[in-house]
Amino acid sequence: MAEAAPVKPTTPKKWGRGFDVRKQTGFTTIAMICFLMLYAPILTLVAYSFNAGTSVAIWEGFSWRWYESAWANVQVQDASIRSLTIAAFAAVVSTVVATMAALATTRTKPFPGLTFIYAFINQPLMVPEIVTGVALLIFFAAIKVATGYTGLGYLLIAHTAFCIPFAYLPIRARLENMDLSLERAAADLYATPFKTFRHVTLPLLWPGILAGGMLAFVISLDDVVITELVKSGGQDTLPTYMLGQLRRIVTPEMNAISSVFLAISIVMVTIFFLLNRKKT
Amino acid sequence: MAEGKAAHPAASHRPASTFAAQAAAAADRRETRGRWLLSAPALLILLFAAIGPLVIVVIYSFLKKGGYGGVEWEFSTDAWFSVVFTKDIFSDAVTLADAHMSILWRSVKLSFFTTVMALVFGFPTAYFIATRNEKSRDLWLFLITIPFWTNLLIRTFAVMEVIRNEGIVNSILQGLGLIDAPIQILFTDFAVMMGLLYVYLPLMVLPLYASMERIDFRLVEAGYDLYATRWHVLRRVIFPLVKPGVIAGSILVFIPSLGAYVTPRVLGGGRNLMLGNLIEMQFGQGRNWPLGAALSITLMAIVMIALLFYVKNASNTEARHG
Repeated sequence: MAEAAPVKPTTPKKWGRGFDVRKQTGFTTIAMICFLMLYAPILTLVAYSFNAGTSVAIWEGFSWRWYESAWANVQVQDASIRSLTIAAFAAVVSTVVATMAALATTRTKPFPGLTFIYAFINQPLMVPEIVTGVALLIFFAAIKVATGYTGLGYLLIAHTAFCIPFAYLPIRARLENMDLSLERAAADLYATPFKTFRHVTLPLLWPGILAGGMLAFVISLDDVVITELVKSGGQDTLPTYMLGQLRRIVTPEMNAISSVFLAISIVMVTIFFLLNRKKT
Repeated sequence: MAEGKAAHPAASHRPASTFAAQAAAAADRRETRGRWLLSAPALLILLFAAIGPLVIVVIYSFLKKGGYGGVEWEFSTDAWFSVVFTKDIFSDAVTLADAHMSILWRSVKLSFFTTVMALVFGFPTAYFIATRNEKSRDLWLFLITIPFWTNLLIRTFAVMEVIRNEGIVNSILQGLGLIDAPIQILFTDFAVMMGLLYVYLPLMVLPLYASMERIDFRLVEAGYDLYATRWHVLRRVIFPLVKPGVIAGSILVFIPSLGAYVTPRVLGGGRNLMLGNLIEMQFGQGRNWPLGAALSITLMAIVMIALLFYVKNASNTEARHG
């Protein structure tokens, strides 16, 4: 056996059978550090939401007390309801108009203004949030002076606007993967355009619409900057309420609110992922 | 005019095909109009609550500031002047506006370092995910995406708890005996950079992954066949292949870092401001709306330059591969 061993002096050790062309030294370690870095702070935050003590750094045993106190906190209740109302409104309206726009801008040969419409719809993604926020602050301040209206309408329209591109993109992606053959078949069978839309296009497009709506909902729920600048007095959403609280001494109540918020986001993202997966 | 005259006699010579062409053109116009109408609600909402107001910002930057916030409707370039310069109240001596310049410089500096760090950590991570098998790849990708879709404020808050004096980072370092007393991390430039890295890292990993997923590993094998070392393969084969992803990721991290507001406010503790905070201040305590407007346009201009750079690069690489 020993004689049979081939002598290959010029061949380095790495050419052995176990050689993996994909391997890069140290990359797996860095990737693991990366995942640890991403999750350690979040997990710590969730862990301390169950702290029995009043500190966010010293562990004093398990308790639900901060969840109970957050639940009973009137300001938190108000802010949560406001957040959910705005997110639901913005998600529904932005998804409806985004669906219409997506239907208008896909599966067509280029028409005059198509690029313009694309650019217009994606514009909120390119302008820094603080700039949009400031622009809305200035504009709405002028309207407030002119009309005297200081209701929730400003936040509703602002959220709807910046949610449009987020709702639009998944719907458009879904539409681009659908060819027109089924719709043509329906038309050949004397379906009216409305019937074709209702019974053919809409059911096929539905996962995309749901995904877009969900994304819009999460984006609206998460917004801090634009809300902070646009809101009138007493119109705190959950994130702006939390931002205000961070100036004071932080108790684990903040952790409890954050944990619930995280749980909602994670559930939504999971559903979004599953919806998008079905497509392929 | 000349075209119209030339087209007319031609039309009378071949009536049949012209009618068909005219009908087709009319149908095209109808379809275009229909598609515009269908897009109209989205466009109107965006015009009202996103794009239109930006025009007003430009106008406001050329007005005089009002006494208690707001503006006076009088043309003035004071705001633009004070973005860069300050005038001494007594001697009228013009000097560079140090406060603005240092904040602008800090914003660019921190965003740049954040981008570099994101690349250092994100590149191996994206590579790691792209080289997993199909099934576990989805799971790793999902793990990167989750933090990205969770609330930015909450993630910043989580970082704050970890790096505060009593937080786990200091506890661990003290436990290991590396330091005697907690080191002040929170409310420093470093904390802001850490926070930005933490919240925007997924934006680097995702486009990198998208371009790495398509690497043809036969090219890598060819590299090894030609006696390349791992480093050479990385440097000469993999990196050029994923360069569009590197550029996309860098832009996606740099732009939101530059306009960051929440992270420097929470982790910088009111002292380590960035451009976003400076802008917001003009509408709060500063009460200088025109200056705030001018600073906003400055920020937007920098972002647009970065985007143009990206578009130019993207089309270059496409042209080369196509």
